[in-house]
Amino acid sequence: MNPKVTESEVPAGTMRKAGRHVSQTEGLIFEKSAIGKRGMELPPLDVPPVDPAKALGREFARDGVEGFPEVSEIEVVRHFTRLSTWNYAIDLGMYPLGSCTMKYNPRVNEFAARLDGLAGEHPSQPAQVAQGCLRILHDLQKCLVAITGMDAVTLQPAAGAQGELTGLLMIRAYLENQGNPRKKVLIPDSAHGTNPASVVIAGYEVQNIKSNARGQIDTDHLREFVSGDVAALMLTNPNTLGVFEERIAEIAAILHERGALLYMDGANMNALAGITRPGDFGVDVMHLNLHKTFSTPHGGGGPGAGPVTVKKMLEPYLPVPTVVQREDGTFALDHNRPKSVGRVRAYCGNFGVLLRALAYTLAYGPGIRQATEDAVLNANYIRKNLEDLFDLPYNLPSMHEVVFSDARQKARGASTMDIAKRLIDYGFHPYTTAFPLIVPGAMMIEPTESESKEECDLFIEAMRSIAAEVETNPELVKTAPHSTRVGRLDEVAAARKPVLRWQPASAKEKELAHDA
Amino acid sequence: MRYLPKSPSERQEMLAAIGAQSIEELFQSIPEKFRLRAPLALPGPLSETEIIQYFQARAAENARGYTSFLGAGVYSHLRSVTADALVQRGEFLTSYTPYQAEISQGTLTAIFEFQTLMCQLTGQEVANASMYDGSTALTEAVLMAERLTGRKRVLVARSVHPEYRQVLATYARNLGLEIEEIGFTQTGQLDRAALDKAKLADAAAIVVQSPNFFGVLEELPALGEAAHGAGALLVTSIAEAVSLGAVRPPAEADIVAMEGQSLGVAPSYGGPYVGVIATREKFVRQMPGRLAGQTTDAEGRRGFVLTLATREQHIRREKATSNICTNEALYALAATIHLCLLGKEGLREQASHNLAKARFALAELEKIPGVRRPFTGPFFNEFTLEFPRSVKMINNALLREKIIGPYALGTHYPELTKHGVLCVTETTPRAEIERMAAALRRILEIPV
Amino acid sequence: MYPSDYRYTKEHEWIKVEGAAGTIGITEYAQEELGDVVFVELPKVGAQLKTGQSLGTIESVKAVSEIFSPVAGEVTETNAALADAPEKINQDPHGAAWLIKVRLADPKEAAGLMDAAAYQAYIAEKAKEHSA
Repeated sequence: MNPKVTESEVPAGTMRKAGRHVSQTEGLIFEKSAIGKRGMELPPLDVPPVDPAKALGREFARDGVEGFPEVSEIEVVRHFTRLSTWNYAIDLGMYPLGSCTMKYNPRVNEFAARLDGLAGEHPSQPAQVAQGCLRILHDLQKCLVAITGMDAVTLQPAAGAQGELTGLLMIRAYLENQGNPRKKVLIPDSAHGTNPASVVIAGYEVQNIKSNARGQIDTDHLREFVSGDVAALMLTNPNTLGVFEERIAEIAAILHERGALLYMDGANMNALAGITRPGDFGVDVMHLNLHKTFSTPHGGGGPGAGPVTVKKMLEPYLPVPTVVQREDGTFALDHNRPKSVGRVRAYCGNFGVLLRALAYTLAYGPGIRQATEDAVLNANYIRKNLEDLFDLPYNLPSMHEVVFSDARQKARGASTMDIAKRLIDYGFHPYTTAFPLIVPGAMMIEPTESESKEECDLFIEAMRSIAAEVETNPELVKTAPHSTRVGRLDEVAAARKPVLRWQPASAKEKELAHDA
Repeated sequence: MRYLPKSPSERQEMLAAIGAQSIEELFQSIPEKFRLRAPLALPGPLSETEIIQYFQARAAENARGYTSFLGAGVYSHLRSVTADALVQRGEFLTSYTPYQAEISQGTLTAIFEFQTLMCQLTGQEVANASMYDGSTALTEAVLMAERLTGRKRVLVARSVHPEYRQVLATYARNLGLEIEEIGFTQTGQLDRAALDKAKLADAAAIVVQSPNFFGVLEELPALGEAAHGAGALLVTSIAEAVSLGAVRPPAEADIVAMEGQSLGVAPSYGGPYVGVIATREKFVRQMPGRLAGQTTDAEGRRGFVLTLATREQHIRREKATSNICTNEALYALAATIHLCLLGKEGLREQASHNLAKARFALAELEKIPGVRRPFTGPFFNEFTLEFPRSVKMINNALLREKIIGPYALGTHYPELTKHGVLCVTETTPRAEIERMAAALRRILEIPV
Repeated sequence: MYPSDYRYTKEHEWIKVEGAAGTIGITEYAQEELGDVVFVELPKVGAQLKTGQSLGTIESVKAVSEIFSPVAGEVTETNAALADAPEKINQDPHGAAWLIKVRLADPKEAAGLMDAAAYQAYIAEKAKEHSA
């Protein structure tokens, strides 16, 4: 098949960052399968073989997995290498995705995680022969507590959403211990979707509170809302507009006066590390996203880790086990935690992710502040260079991210989604579209500190060029992208008649679709 | 600092462009009293060399050079360096969740392949793009059964992994979900006699693991019948995915919650792993987690997109099937590549090696006076042994010989203090099995 | 466009009452706002509905909308055609894509809802708000 784009559709002169790229044709691995091909051989068996049917009994035995691929090693290597070339990645360029913090994933972290003596350790092996792993966890704990200004931490949650749930469970346990777990958790309308979802799993009701005209928590309303029924407020700070909650001290005071707690969603910690500590401004419990602030790779959607740091009064409720250092200096897992909320995940957490986060922190040390400063510098630089062309719904100081809206471009019929798709032709991954919900037509941009001035300038140039295209040639924007191996895909058909797995090709299937 | 691509003069230029005198100005919105005056007390900064040295030092403090006979939910299996090389490609490692389908076809195609492989492996009709791990996959499967049946009780086998049951209990507590535990018989399998009509009548599901924590395979057809006869579902957890290379898939299960760590993912002291939920097509809208679906673009080219997103938190918020957002995508990819390399014959062969090695080990150990196998049910690569004295004492002695012995069941099963679960995989050399048997014999000869 | 014998709610449902029997659907305006419909979730036959209670959901690719019952009553029939062809809601929201039929608890209840003229004025106001 020929590449999709033609010269006439994509004005080459306006794009300094993106050039033509030849994209391989490639089907599914099952379509290359043929009986008798092998991709991996096993060392010979050094004990007497057994007949599986005899060993297990006829009723339990299986004769191989039906439909499993049979391909050679080189076919596997080519297949996945080719697939990889269809992806955008941090290694290729900026992801301006708001609140995702797509920063550089250092390779030394990968090397460390794969070391013999770390990669092969079994989580149930005796503590005497797991001191290295336990010390890694312990050292990371100390760093996270220091960075957040809290007193204690759990490394068990497997992602931010699980961290949120864990924090809420601890809040519940703490309040229950005081006689009344209460019923509701307050959530701003600008919150990430995991927040209300987590609240429900913790057995609380969600109560939405509207942001004020400055996009922040309205403290007068808060006073009204914080009744004896409210267990906590879940706050993201800076919020999803990239704005620091200027009245944070007051917010914390209102909650604490009424016996409620302040939970902070730490997704935007990249604006705060080394500059300020949430523990100082009244936060009682918060989670961190190690796959955001702490550079662990997104890997196409995960893994992550969502450690939760807490103030002293919540320490007894941490998930079990905790990692402790004994008087003799050795490390151990402490299972004797009678007030613990329980376990949120088997074993102690996503150790490999935790290890990478420690490697990242060690690389910076006390200089972590510089990363935060560069992140905020980049966001403000981009803001300054685009605010004449794009609508800024909240004219407040931006921290590490800036939120524009498509209001001006909408008048010409181009939406945030269209502009985002056109950005792809310029060689960038789109920014976050249509979030936060409080900004219709939102364009949420977070460059992170990993972007050079050059990359920021190229992004600015691309956005300015697209703004001009919206005026002069809106169709080009509305039908973008033009340079990708597939065009906009039919999501409606995918949802109406879901096809969620490959099946051996029938004649009908061959008719319906062909490869790019 | 090597991760920051700006020169001091560029920073100055950018500040000037913004109209700020100093970087401090950009933090004015943080109340002054909360702004740190001094750098944080953190270890570092370390160069790349020093970082490696730190972790090499940690690696030397673990169990390198020991032979382990631990399974219990985490398994040492062959992993291909070829797969690892592919997973480390920047386009996979450093890419984002594939919400922008046009520039994520690599990830989406691989997810589609993963979903397919998981269906083939488990004998189910649909599978998701991963959950965190086996323990949370099982928990979510139970919650799913509850939503599907509208019933609030589940019957959970005691032979399900203790840590999985703990996670379930943590989630269930605040959702009004009642968990009743069902014991096991001398075969090591779920006690079906305990599943009387009354219990089943208002149960959302029977929940078992197969092979279970004792290593024993459960009789799924009979359990499926019992569940379905009462309008309940059968939820099956699988912790050792390689077993599916030799053991028939759980076709009677309505929901399968599997841990995929055995499929090319390193044990890595507890994670990251890769959970997956697989189920019948009619239940797909109640299944949590991401899904990649096949579709076409305007010119009829095949492509893949994330689909049925209305189940998920970013759209449904408090009514979502789950709060899961970030999953284990990279490890789903690793498992996919691993299974493609291993292939149909490779997995069958690997599974048969596990069967052979485990039976060889069992035969050697049963020769030792006082050692017996209490559970008579069929097993894959793990089995429970009963010893004449406490497993903890035996393991301390084995450790001195650089052997990590069986998982002591006494911690979680107070009636089984002299019982331990041994796992032998295709990676355990015969010489090490013989060495362990000899060491155990010697240890047991020493009077207490 | 908006049948004169239907009554309309502020949440953009319509109801056609014949004696004590009612047919309920969503309006042209609602379908327009939703975009391409991919899935519809309806209550079971026999379900008892209260006025204003959620009776199900309609999904597009990117959003889920709840449908609220305009009246109190019992569900007597649901539109089976929508399971295989949810796009009917986009094509014919006032006719072939009716959602459910009910037996009204109070046959006169719907009289209090907006008529076609009032509904059209209502959505005209909404359109003004959006472009403001």
